[in-house]
Amino acid sequence: MKKDIKKTPEMESMATDLLDIEQYLHMYEQMLKIRYFEETVNELYKTAKMPGLAHLYSGEEAIAVGVCEALRNDDYITSTHRGHGHCLAKGAAVDRMFAELLGKEAGYCRGKGGSMHIADPETGNLGANAIVGAGSGIATGAALSIKLRHTDQVAVAFFGEGAMGQGLVYEAMNMAALWKLPVIYVCEKNQYVEYTYHEEVMAGGLSARPAAFGIPVEEIDGQDIRQVYETTQQAVARARQGEGPSFIACDTYRYYGHHVGDINRGYYRSKEEEERWKAERDPIQNARKWLIGEMETPSSLLDDIEQKVSDEIRLGVEFAVNCPYPHPSEVTENVYI
Amino acid sequence: MSTYNLDALQAAKVPMQEITMSQAIHDAFMEEMRRDPSIFIIGEDVAEAGTPFKVLLGLVDEFGKDRVIDAPISEPGFASMGVGAAMTGMRPVVDIMFGDFLGLVMDAIGNQAAKVHYMSGGKLKVPIVFRTTLGATRRAAAQHSQSLQAWPSHIPGLKVVLPSTPYDAKGLLKTAIRDDNPVVFMEDKLSWQMKGLVPVEEYTIPFGVADIKRRGTDITLVATSSMVQVALSAAEKLAEIGIDAEVIDPRTTFPLDKQTIIESVKKTSRAIVLDEGYERYGVTAEIASVIADSAFYYLDAPVKRMGAMDVPVPFSPALEDCTVPTPDTVFEMGKTLCRKN
Repeated sequence: MKKDIKKTPEMESMATDLLDIEQYLHMYEQMLKIRYFEETVNELYKTAKMPGLAHLYSGEEAIAVGVCEALRNDDYITSTHRGHGHCLAKGAAVDRMFAELLGKEAGYCRGKGGSMHIADPETGNLGANAIVGAGSGIATGAALSIKLRHTDQVAVAFFGEGAMGQGLVYEAMNMAALWKLPVIYVCEKNQYVEYTYHEEVMAGGLSARPAAFGIPVEEIDGQDIRQVYETTQQAVARARQGEGPSFIACDTYRYYGHHVGDINRGYYRSKEEEERWKAERDPIQNARKWLIGEMETPSSLLDDIEQKVSDEIRLGVEFAVNCPYPHPSEVTENVYI
Repeated sequence: MSTYNLDALQAAKVPMQEITMSQAIHDAFMEEMRRDPSIFIIGEDVAEAGTPFKVLLGLVDEFGKDRVIDAPISEPGFASMGVGAAMTGMRPVVDIMFGDFLGLVMDAIGNQAAKVHYMSGGKLKVPIVFRTTLGATRRAAAQHSQSLQAWPSHIPGLKVVLPSTPYDAKGLLKTAIRDDNPVVFMEDKLSWQMKGLVPVEEYTIPFGVADIKRRGTDITLVATSSMVQVALSAAEKLAEIGIDAEVIDPRTTFPLDKQTIIESVKKTSRAIVLDEGYERYGVTAEIASVIADSAFYYLDAPVKRMGAMDVPVPFSPALEDCTVPTPDTVFEMGKTLCRKN
């Protein structure tokens, strides 16, 4: 998923780290893309330009991007109701994403899926899912298919800690461990299960649960793109070698509410807590600091990336706003093949 | 074979063999799994045990444990995994031991499999078969005896198959496996030992083609699955008092062959719809409304519905036998509708 970038002489001199830098600059761009995308979605909602609701991924960008950067295009993911970040990170285009959110014909699902159901088989995205935890079963089934077809693909199931309340997740993990399926469970612990702090609805420790099936668990800082990427690389290598499933528990934070309409959040979390996460643990700001401070990336290069992403988002929205709705005759298409 | 009616095939001297419904299903799997390596079966005790009903016995010997997969008792888990495998190039058959367990897997079937093709704007497909059972009077009580075909029939995106003979079971199962849509295939537990003729040569039966199981002129009995034999027995009794009943088996509740049903009722002017599901809001209600909509001016009597009594299926034989239509109760209803009291 690398893209060409302009290299400065300083960067050329760091030959050994160059590959890493290119990759991390791409990850930086992808995280920004998700952040700007979600901020724009929020604006579209607030200005009543978008039908329905959306669940924003802002704050959690390092997880989708770090995981998907370690995957190939033909690897599979299943996503959640909070899925825009996963879809973009796996390679979806901004314009067709916006078009789907606005219910337009050019959308990824021709306007039939909307925010919670974006699927893109061309990038291995088996679909976002509005049933919490359902993607774990589908991803594990894709992993069974991979094993039966004897390919070296990998399937990733993204879900929040809310899904740990669903029995399906445990049934799927049991079979994945029994049959050494190439699946990676990525739990995005954004602290809240809808409007409830996770500790209020979860007994015992989260990581003990996959461990009970003999699935290796890594508990990592989901705000640190490098940790996410490197941990996923190890899990992917394990899966490709036929060594079975892994579970990655990522500590993270949801900047917005459960959905765009969840504005007054004082009854379940404080503004101070929100500000603290944003100030101290923002995945994009921290990545920027690291790129400049330790990797000696010129800030002008990062500014260029920000401008490029900003343009891409603006053009994407323009495209979506201006493209047509599906013809009403399409309502009965695609029920059956 | 341009006809899908057994009598017509016999008249055309198509070579036949007599086998049980169980054997017909087994043979359909054998033929399809030899033809297409992407087909696999997953469920509880499907491999060496061949299911508790022994219908799949021997498949694992030919196809191995990678294609006949014994799963833990985790219906939601392996049903969902079937959906994921179907979306990524395989053609799974998910074995749900009892139809009552549809309650455990309705998310995989109704929210996932049924909707993936539509939600993705036609880009993903889910070629999967959920194979399960229906039918009471096995003294298995309320959680192992229901006939829940109305549930999947209600959900757009699903096809629902209810075979009533070995010939139908084999031909329809092969079609179900080849279909690119999710199909729910429901077998009557009491029919597995029923013997019947099937063509020696390979054949399939398309969905949405009802079968006229008995021709008649006085009353139409539309019957599904387990109720087909009940309707045929009732028809014999009605014949004894001079009432000539026609028995129509839709074979699939979706797609539904409305035309064959409507044409029959236009001819007979009377109809009873039989299905072993609960009577209220059920398959019988849907088919009765099709008749009322399209044959209203031809009717000489109200369309009657006969299904399972609206109670949880009781255990005691003395109670359970009251809950389902029998040849006698259907005979009485037919007699009443034809005013032969």
